[in-house]
Amino acid sequence: MAAHNLKHALFCAIVTLVISYPILGFNLESQGTSVILEGAKTSTVIGVLLAAVIVFLFQLFRDNVMGSLRQLPAVNPLANRKPMEQSRRLKLESALLTLMVIGALIWPFIASRGAVDLATLVLIYIMLALGLNVVVGLAGLLDLGYVAFYAVGAYTFALLSQYYGVSFWFALPIGALLAALFGLVLGFPVLRLRGDYLAIVTLGFGEIIRILLNNMTSLTGGPNGIGGIPDPTLFGMEFGRRVKEEGNTSFHETFGIAYSSEHKVIFLYLIALVLAVITAIAIRRLMRMPVGRAWEALREDEIAAKSLGLSRTAVKLSAFTIGAFFAGFAGTVFASKQGFISPESFVFLESAIILAIVVLGGMGSQMGVILAAIAVTILPELAREFSEYRMLIFGAAMVLMMVWRPQGLMPMRRIHIELKPQE
Amino acid sequence: MLVLEDVHTHYGKIEALHGVSVEVNKGEIVSLIGANGAGKTTLLMTVCGNPQATSGRVIFQGRDITRDMTSNIMRSGIAIVPEGRRVFSGLTVEENLHMGGFFNTKSEISKSQAHVYELFPRLKEREHQRAGTMSGGEQQMLAIGRALMSKPNMIILDEPSLGLAPLVIKQIFEIIGKLREEGITVFLVEQNAHQALNLADRGYVLETGRIRLHDTGKNLLANPDVQNAYLGG
Repeated sequence: MAAHNLKHALFCAIVTLVISYPILGFNLESQGTSVILEGAKTSTVIGVLLAAVIVFLFQLFRDNVMGSLRQLPAVNPLANRKPMEQSRRLKLESALLTLMVIGALIWPFIASRGAVDLATLVLIYIMLALGLNVVVGLAGLLDLGYVAFYAVGAYTFALLSQYYGVSFWFALPIGALLAALFGLVLGFPVLRLRGDYLAIVTLGFGEIIRILLNNMTSLTGGPNGIGGIPDPTLFGMEFGRRVKEEGNTSFHETFGIAYSSEHKVIFLYLIALVLAVITAIAIRRLMRMPVGRAWEALREDEIAAKSLGLSRTAVKLSAFTIGAFFAGFAGTVFASKQGFISPESFVFLESAIILAIVVLGGMGSQMGVILAAIAVTILPELAREFSEYRMLIFGAAMVLMMVWRPQGLMPMRRIHIELKPQE
Repeated sequence: MLVLEDVHTHYGKIEALHGVSVEVNKGEIVSLIGANGAGKTTLLMTVCGNPQATSGRVIFQGRDITRDMTSNIMRSGIAIVPEGRRVFSGLTVEENLHMGGFFNTKSEISKSQAHVYELFPRLKEREHQRAGTMSGGEQQMLAIGRALMSKPNMIILDEPSLGLAPLVIKQIFEIIGKLREEGITVFLVEQNAHQALNLADRGYVLETGRIRLHDTGKNLLANPDVQNAYLGG
């Protein structure tokens, strides 16, 4: 036993050295035009050695250490909590929802411009995550190229406004419908695929769209992107200082108030809020309808679903199409918010983050997904000071989540009647 | 009601059924028995159009369904209880039943649901429980109940006794008997030959993709070859 532990501990210590020395020990310094590799400072070397010794000692006495650790009360305070009763949970959930909507409505009037802008981004991610939740959480189809539909929505608006001067309100349904069409088109080739294979093909699809946008320079401007995307108008009222388009009036002149650039930000935020609420309600309704149950049935057991006369084609395509539709929504809002889009906004990392939101929130659970979208968007902003360690912290948070709450923040619950034991 | 005429079915290049003809008449219980790998499940899946027969014909209620889509076949009055039950384990019992009546109206669903609960009082008790948390016997009852939700004229059962305790098997077979009384035609595929033939009006013995024997259930039970091969002498 001791010999085995010693071997294991030695191995671990060596691995620690081998991994951490090159990462922490070497520095790339630029001297003039050339880059020079510099050796480590003595303090770093000592630090690395110390770390290896700690790892060695920990592994050597692991059983004792872990044994005494187990005596301590559980670190996770939620571990032994009883599940809430349904009636209480429903009440709490609706109260929380009301509070969130009220909070979201007064937010732009109390928060700073930057905070409102960030909140708009959060709402865009909420829309995206709710849409992907249909595909991944409910229908169980792992889609790694979801950002493609987001890009389709954004580029639809950008191109339509650039070439035809189409306004936001016209582009919104067109962008969403076009994204849905792309969802349908992608759906066909992947009907027979499942699991890993599906993930790979959808990943490829996401990249195809991005690379196409990058290379069709004559149409999309390639990596230079498209700028000058117009802001949304409120019944023909523009939010700029001067009216850009003939026939429009400007918002501040109509209401006789002083011009403020904040009006536009707040207006965009409110549009995003309304669209996010519409998305949430629409998907909630769909979940309760037969088509929602069909998605879940297909996820649970494809053969059984087929044996009941469900058409795999129809069910899968509907999930893809509806998911893509809401991504198109979000894309249009995003294009309008940024005023400039380029393929760089639609890289794979975006797909990964949206997927992470869905998984962190709890597959299939709307409330959880909304909370996760808020957390995942805001946390990196708060952690801005840590700059390069931001993604590291993000990753660590994810790992901890998966260890403590693998089912997500708020796992999906079914409405059910509870039986009370007889008195 | 269901007729298979000289059906050949392939998995890729391998022929699994070499010209099988089976007939199930209205109101009957017909059992199909055979050893592992004889092609029993293949035969059932061919009826469901997944995979489709490469040659021959499958006729249900006078209509040729050989080339129909699975989803259309399953909506035309056949219901199948697939091998290994395959209930939707994350859904509740009630939701499972509702999935069975997916293409029916709400009033039809609540009527069939009440009927299923009458047949299986146990399911009523477990109405709001997740299907995956129930015992094997209860899941089998649920699978049969779910198939009945679409108000089929004919129900196909693939190994309903698989992995169940003898007492539960007895219950399941009693229910199958009841289904016949209600006028539902039953096509039963079983390895549990004794009970399956006992209950059946007629029986077929399938061996390596061919029908070997065909007789009434009683005669097959008495047949020395069948006794040797499937009833343990």
